[in-house]
Amino acid sequence: MPPGWGGTLLVGLLHSIEIAIGATCLGLLIGTGGAWGKLYGGPVTRDLLAVYTTVVRAVPELVLILLLYYAGTDLINQVLTAMGYQRVDISGLAAGIFVLGVVQGAYSTEVIRGAILAIPQGQIEAARAYGMPPSLMLRRITLPAMLPFAIPGLANLWLIATKDTALLAVVGFFELTLATRQAAGVTKAYLVFYLAAGALYLALTLFSSVIIGRVEAWSRRGMPSVKEAR
Amino acid sequence: MSAEATTINMAARASLWLKPHRIVLILIALGLVLCAAFFMRWDWLPQYWQMGLLGIWRSLWILVVTCALGFMLAVPLGLAQAGGPFWFAVPAKIFCTIIRGTPLLLQLWLLYYGLGSLFPQYPWIRESWMWPYLRQAWPYGVLALTLSFAGYEGEVMRGAFAGVPKGQLEAARAFGMSRLKIFRRIWLPQAFFRALPTLTGETVLQLKSTPLVATISVIDIFAVSSKVRQDTYLTYEPLLLLALIYMTITGILVLIFSRIEARIPVKIG
Repeated sequence: MPPGWGGTLLVGLLHSIEIAIGATCLGLLIGTGGAWGKLYGGPVTRDLLAVYTTVVRAVPELVLILLLYYAGTDLINQVLTAMGYQRVDISGLAAGIFVLGVVQGAYSTEVIRGAILAIPQGQIEAARAYGMPPSLMLRRITLPAMLPFAIPGLANLWLIATKDTALLAVVGFFELTLATRQAAGVTKAYLVFYLAAGALYLALTLFSSVIIGRVEAWSRRGMPSVKEAR
Repeated sequence: MSAEATTINMAARASLWLKPHRIVLILIALGLVLCAAFFMRWDWLPQYWQMGLLGIWRSLWILVVTCALGFMLAVPLGLAQAGGPFWFAVPAKIFCTIIRGTPLLLQLWLLYYGLGSLFPQYPWIRESWMWPYLRQAWPYGVLALTLSFAGYEGEVMRGAFAGVPKGQLEAARAFGMSRLKIFRRIWLPQAFFRALPTLTGETVLQLKSTPLVATISVIDIFAVSSKVRQDTYLTYEPLLLLALIYMTITGILVLIFSRIEARIPVKIG
């Protein structure tokens, strides 16, 4: 790690990436479950999930982060004291991943739901006709078949997640934006550090785009290319 | 359709929507709201509601101004990328990539702290008529949000301009319209109609970005709720009310846009 404020910025970037990866994974889990519930769940599950996705998508991320941050840590501590344990300080990393994961989950629910609906109906019927139980069908048919439809939307969500980590600076979590603010505040070289942080974020986005392109090509393997399909 | 038939139709739709489990869910939600109203502390409301209204007004004002200005910027950005020569297209593409590739919070702080720290060094800026504005926070907030909206919407407008069928433009040229007239009468309106559904989403996203200006000391509704939290040491009440306010504004925005969308012919080209 290079010395000085450049090292601080890189540590911040590392924290940002950690949170973005964690939040995206949590969001994918919630999203898969949510989409499954919305498509195949009972009426109550469906309505509750509709409320979840609508509320999360209508309220600013900043407000949700504050609400979930306080509510989440409060809830865990109350459960712990009720069970007779000591109160704990929730680590910023875990809280950040939880909060952004819940936000990402709402968006990925919609993306994955749309992707599952885009699977040709015959494939699912064929799986049922073979007598596959739902879990096997999810693993073997639904998830692989929906991937090419879901990846553009999910890739977009990953890019949003990397940028949403900046919002955690407002709750005081040490990631790239807060690191930049501290470095700029101490050295008074505001423009230099903000431009450097912007370049780091941009590099992350562009690098992600390259990887996403590869993954998308891989998930579409064996399918006609988009140009031919038109 | 007569008024009576309309009422019956609406009643039928309502009964379809109001299934037994929904009634139970609505009752539970009402119970939660009543619990919140009775068991949480709301005694700070009389003292702060005026400040809150002013905050809502500021948030809406910022939203409308930045969306309008941002859209005006997005049109040339999209046009340059869709049909411009490469010395227009490349800078527009770079601008959109940079705006979309970095967090808005960072852009905001770059403009406010970065640019804001540069200006006082130059005496001619301090003596100019702009100085009273440049010393305040809101111009930086408006500028950052405008650029952000222009960056995202410029990309949308690129697709919209490129999506207008070639035949429409060729027909307009065959009528002997000048290039400006083609743009004004054919290209821009059709591209706008195409972009409208995404415009709803972008506007809601922009609304959700406005609370960021509170971090550079603009007093919008988010800043008001933060002040309430600091003054009263309450955690949840101001935040819950704030979430409700944003949900209401989002709902109204979606309603307005769906009205506008309903007035536009569906099939074009």
